[in-house]
Amino acid sequence: MKEKLEAIRALAEKQLLETSSRQELESLRVQILGKKGELTAILKQMGSLSPEERPIMGQKANEVRAFIESKVAERQAELKAKENELRLAKETIDVTLPGERHPLGHKHPLSIVLDEVKDIFIGMGFQIATGPEVEWDYYNFEALNLPPDHPARDTQDTFYITEKMLLRTQTSPVQIRVMEKQQPPIRVIAPGRVYRSDAVDATHSPFFHQIEGLVVDEGITMGDLKGNLMQFAKRLYGEQTQIRLRPHHFPFTEPSCEMDVTCFKCGGKGCPMCKGEGWVEILGGGMVHPKVLKNGGIDPEKYSGYAFGVGLERLTMFRFNIDDMRLLYENDMRFLSQF
Amino acid sequence: MDLSKRWLSDYVDLGDISPKEFAEAITMTGSKVESFEYEGEEIENVIVGKVVSLEKHPDSDHLWVCQIDVGQNENIQIVTGAQNLKEGDVVPVAMHKSTIYGGNKITKGKLRGVESNGMLCSLGELGLTVHDFPYAIEDGIFVLGDDCDRTLGLDIHKAIGLDDLITEFEITSNRADCLSVTGLAREAAATFNKELKIPEPFVTKTHGDVKDFLSVEIKEPSLCYRYAGAVVENVRIKPSPRWMRERLRASGVRPINNIVDITNYVMLEFGQPMHAFDLRYLDNNQVIVRRATDGEKITTLDGIERDLNENMLVIADANKPVAVAGVMGGEFSGIMDDTTTIVFESAMFNGVFVRRTAKALGMRTEASARYEKELDATGCLRSLTRALQLVEELDAGDVVSGVVDCDYSNKTPVTLPFNPEWVNNFIGIDLTADEQKAILEKIGFKVENGTIISPSFRNDIEHQADISEEIARFYGYDKIPDRALSGVADGRYTPVQQLENKVGAVLTAQGLSEICTYTFISPKAYDKIRLEENDELRNSVVISNPLGEDTSIMRTTAVPSMLDILSRNYNNRNESASLYEIAVRFKSNGTEELPDEKQDIVIGMYSPDCTYFTLKGVVDELLSATGIKKYDIERAVTCPFLHPGRAAEISVNGRKLGIMGEVHPAVLENYSIGTRCYIAQISLEALFEEGNKEKVYTPLPKFPAVTRDLAFVCEKTLPVLLLESEIASAVGKILEDIALFDVYEGAQIENGKKSVAFSLKLRSNEKTLTDEEADSAMKKAIKALEKFGAALRS
Repeated sequence: MKEKLEAIRALAEKQLLETSSRQELESLRVQILGKKGELTAILKQMGSLSPEERPIMGQKANEVRAFIESKVAERQAELKAKENELRLAKETIDVTLPGERHPLGHKHPLSIVLDEVKDIFIGMGFQIATGPEVEWDYYNFEALNLPPDHPARDTQDTFYITEKMLLRTQTSPVQIRVMEKQQPPIRVIAPGRVYRSDAVDATHSPFFHQIEGLVVDEGITMGDLKGNLMQFAKRLYGEQTQIRLRPHHFPFTEPSCEMDVTCFKCGGKGCPMCKGEGWVEILGGGMVHPKVLKNGGIDPEKYSGYAFGVGLERLTMFRFNIDDMRLLYENDMRFLSQF
Repeated sequence: MDLSKRWLSDYVDLGDISPKEFAEAITMTGSKVESFEYEGEEIENVIVGKVVSLEKHPDSDHLWVCQIDVGQNENIQIVTGAQNLKEGDVVPVAMHKSTIYGGNKITKGKLRGVESNGMLCSLGELGLTVHDFPYAIEDGIFVLGDDCDRTLGLDIHKAIGLDDLITEFEITSNRADCLSVTGLAREAAATFNKELKIPEPFVTKTHGDVKDFLSVEIKEPSLCYRYAGAVVENVRIKPSPRWMRERLRASGVRPINNIVDITNYVMLEFGQPMHAFDLRYLDNNQVIVRRATDGEKITTLDGIERDLNENMLVIADANKPVAVAGVMGGEFSGIMDDTTTIVFESAMFNGVFVRRTAKALGMRTEASARYEKELDATGCLRSLTRALQLVEELDAGDVVSGVVDCDYSNKTPVTLPFNPEWVNNFIGIDLTADEQKAILEKIGFKVENGTIISPSFRNDIEHQADISEEIARFYGYDKIPDRALSGVADGRYTPVQQLENKVGAVLTAQGLSEICTYTFISPKAYDKIRLEENDELRNSVVISNPLGEDTSIMRTTAVPSMLDILSRNYNNRNESASLYEIAVRFKSNGTEELPDEKQDIVIGMYSPDCTYFTLKGVVDELLSATGIKKYDIERAVTCPFLHPGRAAEISVNGRKLGIMGEVHPAVLENYSIGTRCYIAQISLEALFEEGNKEKVYTPLPKFPAVTRDLAFVCEKTLPVLLLESEIASAVGKILEDIALFDVYEGAQIENGKKSVAFSLKLRSNEKTLTDEEADSAMKKAIKALEKFGAALRS
């Protein structure tokens, strides 16, 4: 009997190694260890042994069973690992195939840049004001120190509704509307659509966007304007950006300026984009004219302020290298989906 | 304003300064340089040569073979087709490898077999006209006269004075004084701290008395502040000398003859528009400045007959208008070749009136552009004298003694307290009183006893802020120390702006792209979207002076704008488009009140697999994200631009929120769109007011849910939403969720009916629901739908 057990053990060890799948292993296990298995069959013969032999054989038989069981488990682990390996190999895919996308939509390029500008100014404590697009002549011109027949009105070809009602030519009327409602300190920007009677071409449109800025408080100086615009330019175009203020004239600011920034393409060395100047003009501004403060209901003896206006289309076209303004209003998907 | 460097040098010596340095520095003190260029810059290697001999080309009857002495060892041979040359003529010679006007390159070659080593140039080939050299001819070689340096071999620029540097300035509307060479000279002198020398004009020899020739009367002193006239007899009309022609050309003005050139020269020099009349044509030798009468006519110098009216000011003689004041002279009183006695006018008109007149007549001239900015009446006499001085200098006539000066200008200098501290505080600098005084004085201000006296030519000074600008620009904007924004302020988006941001985020997350459209549209757009004739949406704000009909009214709805963009995308062959805009619309409130400006979220889409439900899904997601959990939806059969069977009106708490649906086929046709499109329009205001902005946490469920499915057969037309809400109210609060999972029509279902299947999720917050409780809930649901004739599907 002992020999038989040894034989089973030897055979099992050999056969186990020959199994090539887990099903095969399982049937082998049943064949050896199952209720009708070889080892079981031998154990059933235990009754015929002498009482002395029985515990010895019993122990032996348990040893063999334990041995085979551990070998089965071992083999099972081996086979499983092998199977996994096979499966993984079989399941290999071309990871470079395109993914299944649920594409996001695209914000309009003007909105992208405007959002950036808004965030910059909100970060500096500004609020965002709005005003009507169909506006009174008073707010658009008169209150801004542009009385009727002022020659500067010629530079802003105006769409009129009636003699007194017009499509605002600039976002500056929001300055007056803000001041009428709020005493200093004032820190607002007012982005919005504006209208001028310009025929459409690559750089002109009868409809475009401006962003107005207004700061009024006690003791505001032109140095504040400069510092604020410098901060804005650096945040928009990067720390290396320099600004240059040039004297200019606007009826509603005094002193007035135009602001150039170092060309973002060549960094100031001069290139076709900046016409070799190294500077690109991006906004106009100045100290709010005392008459304008007064028209807004603010005491110019006590308060001073600065204001500025930026062309959003210009910023956007520079930012994305867009060479034709019309693309912005044509809204072709092939254009929109680039942003 | 184009400035001649040569002319500028008469008044200020800038020494050796490069054009770029000049442009940069003067830009930084406030006179913005747009560009600068040398005259004839592109012309290269063109030199002075003399025709030594010319003979007929052996193989041509119109070509000439010339031997030209260009001051080199050997003559060069050039073939020309010009017929105006003779031996000894001095001409411009474009040598081998030269460039002439227009950038054309000249190289040697053969003309009908004869070698030609360059080209002889006409005026046109140097970019000039006979106005620049009146003795030359237009179609022939330019033969240099004795006003040129005829040194052989000399560069042509030098020889004929085509070498001025021209700087183009952008002059702002407040600085009419800088529309003149002397005005810019003042700015240049102050910029570079050089001395400004403007000599006072004078006349040496005069005769007679102007009063015997001319009388002046101003009928409208509020429109004509001053009128000064002088007379010149024995006028000798001829071309003006080269130096004057050169300066006019550099300034962009065409030389005509000595008298006309003098008026233009003085205008450019001092900014004072001048006019010259032929005295023969002034009836009664009278100048009367008056309003025109309605129906009066004048033919202006440009040969056009103009209708005048009483809102225009004219210069008239005893009988008729002879000039439109401040705008343009009349043709018949202008200077002609046989003119013998002239009147020079140096006058000052009301700027606003000139501007209106010029606008009404549609003729903006050099004169009107200056007058409309309000000029300096005190300068009238100086300019008049300067014109007379030039008459003497050019030997253009004999000056009659005296001037007739009608002066109502009565201008007193503007004074302001000298307050250096105010300026320092306003600008953020720290200049001493003396430093500020020095700046003001170099640009013509006087500072005496604590008072600033503004020069008469500066009409833009009225406040300390104006003084500050003068100080700041000459101190240097670049030197003002910048100060970072300080203090704490409350920067944030308003709740409405937050909603706008959210709408953008939700819609882009669903694959929609934002568009930006014109807010003005064509009135025809309302026809295209099939609005009824009397639809109130047709009541638009109308632009009185539109660019064209297409952009002539402010939209009352942004739907046409969206359709335009869908159409453009479709016709540009884009397979699909999913778009949105937060679009403003305008509702007219008549002429006495501003219109209401409201915003709509407009969604538009098309694609091969887009359906009404694609759109509805987007809208559902938008409403849910913006805090509208429950809304009513009803078929919208009357919306003119939507498919009556596939359109819905959305409302919340009884308030209309918007509409959505498939675009009406007739509308698609109007927009040339060949595919189904879907459009939604949602009021941002209603969304803001109805949306629940507060989010409150609901505890996670403690007890399991029971799911039951129910399928009903009902009339095909019965809206599913109705069934859903009926089930919801019948089952009560244990109904956690109800979801439609199938709608079926066809075989096994009676004609005209449909099968609708819902999945109901039931849950109690207090306990685990029993089967009995779930069954009873189902029974309630089934019972509730009986009234709609909906039966449980067997």
